[in-house]
Amino acid sequence: MTAATISGPKDFLSEVMAATPGDNRLNHCIQCGSCGGSCPSGAEMEHTPRRLFALIRAGERKTVLMSNAPWYCVSCYYCTVRCPQNIHITDVMYTLKAMAIQAGLYHDTSLPDFSETFVDYVEKYGRSFELGLATRFNLRHHPLSLAGMAPLGLNMLKRGRIDLTPHRIEGMAQLSAILERAKSLEGVLA
Amino acid sequence: MKALFYPGCSMQRNARPYLDSLLAIRADIGLELQEIDDWNCCGATEYMSVHRVAAHSLIGRNLALAQAQAVDTDVLTAGCSACFLNLSKTDTQMREDAKLNGTVNEALAAGGLHYDAGSLKVRHLLDLVCHDIGYDAVKARVVKPLYGLKVAAYYGCQVVRPDYDGRWDSHEHPTAMDTLLRALGAEVVDWSLKTQCCGGHMSVIGPEVAFGLIRRLIHGAAEAGADMVVTLCPMCQLNLDAYQVEMNKHFHTDYRVPVLYFTQLMGLAFGKSAKELGIGKEFVDATPALAKIQAEAPKVAEAKRRRRPKPGDGLPMPRME
Ligand code: SF4
Ligand code: SF4
Repeated sequence: MTAATISGPKDFLSEVMAATPGDNRLNHCIQCGSCGGSCPSGAEMEHTPRRLFALIRAGERKTVLMSNAPWYCVSCYYCTVRCPQNIHITDVMYTLKAMAIQAGLYHDTSLPDFSETFVDYVEKYGRSFELGLATRFNLRHHPLSLAGMAPLGLNMLKRGRIDLTPHRIEGMAQLSAILERAKSLEGVLA
Repeated sequence: MKALFYPGCSMQRNARPYLDSLLAIRADIGLELQEIDDWNCCGATEYMSVHRVAAHSLIGRNLALAQAQAVDTDVLTAGCSACFLNLSKTDTQMREDAKLNGTVNEALAAGGLHYDAGSLKVRHLLDLVCHDIGYDAVKARVVKPLYGLKVAAYYGCQVVRPDYDGRWDSHEHPTAMDTLLRALGAEVVDWSLKTQCCGGHMSVIGPEVAFGLIRRLIHGAAEAGADMVVTLCPMCQLNLDAYQVEMNKHFHTDYRVPVLYFTQLMGLAFGKSAKELGIGKEFVDATPALAKIQAEAPKVAEAKRRRRPKPGDGLPMPRME
């Protein structure tokens, strides 16, 4: 659910801003490019953060949500601390990912799938589960790389650095109730 | 000092040596840790990408449990960068955004919980050690100074940025860990990459991007003459250590720069055994580097110089677009 469905039609910029907690200041972008220039994934992104923000302002919803840029964001926060306008760039990237998933917009399904698989384990056990995550994700998206990555997994095992079974927290029912309520409130943020 | 402690999933297993070494040194530095009962995963950098409110509520449960458990301390600490930042982010954003605060607490109420934003001080472990316990207290415990060991202090991203509570001297060139490692007797090399990205989740979803970032860091550390990289985060350790091996395969290089936790080096300087500190579980063997500190004298004979790795073409430094 997006902001637009709750509080009437809004332009895309307002929609992104409303879905990003706090005083994110996205409307203050001066297109200086400090963000893209600082970004470790910048070279592999289809649009640098600066370009993405110009597209948001231009209302290019589909192009923005289809971009690999938010998924390639590694949350290094370089852009955020360097932005002369104090825009919460990394938080905006999180918003765009969540919006893309809601809208079902992406050309490489492996990008959201890693996040979603991670979330699945957390929702089931209350803890993350590295072995399950890596296996499930790679089976689905890089079956050929599994053989190549096997030594890594084995070496993790040998060093006692990976669990064979997930750990479930005791308050799982409580956590599920919280998350279920939270999801029903997801649109309220906007 | 007393602090509530959020270990997080990584410390529980893949970064077990981090936890073991922390537990081994805590008494020496007078740190009393109280683990949050039945804590849940913080969501890493992934949950926030899927559901915003639920991600904050997931973290909110940990904050609420910690608040309920907080009797004689209001400090909550975590050793993992992502865990620390998530706890700090939810606390900060709930404080700053009344709507988010209300929504998260409404979700928490479904589990009979409540969190008063701002009631806890969320601090990374390095912050506690450097700024609360202090360098002098650490130095006072050193019985086996790390003379002759050259280290690259690596901070990564999420502890020093965005730094909601203004705890660090710089977001790009912090010095706290450098000072700490010097207090242990180590020689801290000068390098410019101390807060560059380790690759984060790209090691799984886009390994080529991660390999480039890992090579840049490892090459930079080797170039600066470091015997090892010292880290404060399980994710950074995993990427730089386990994926260093994969990165070597990818680029046909042969870097061998071990990556240890700052708590492990503290333990060594405090005279603990390598085993007790979880040393030996790293992918890139740390023994050759650690052999150096058996020597008492600050000057180590220039015996066998490690072969210099081939300079990689690496990724460009931050640049203007
Ligand atoms: S650094 Fe800030 S102001 Fe400059 S382009 Fe990026 S978001 Fe806009
Ligand atoms: S936080 Fe994301 S967008 Fe910003 S510089 Fe880092 S990787 Fe790039």
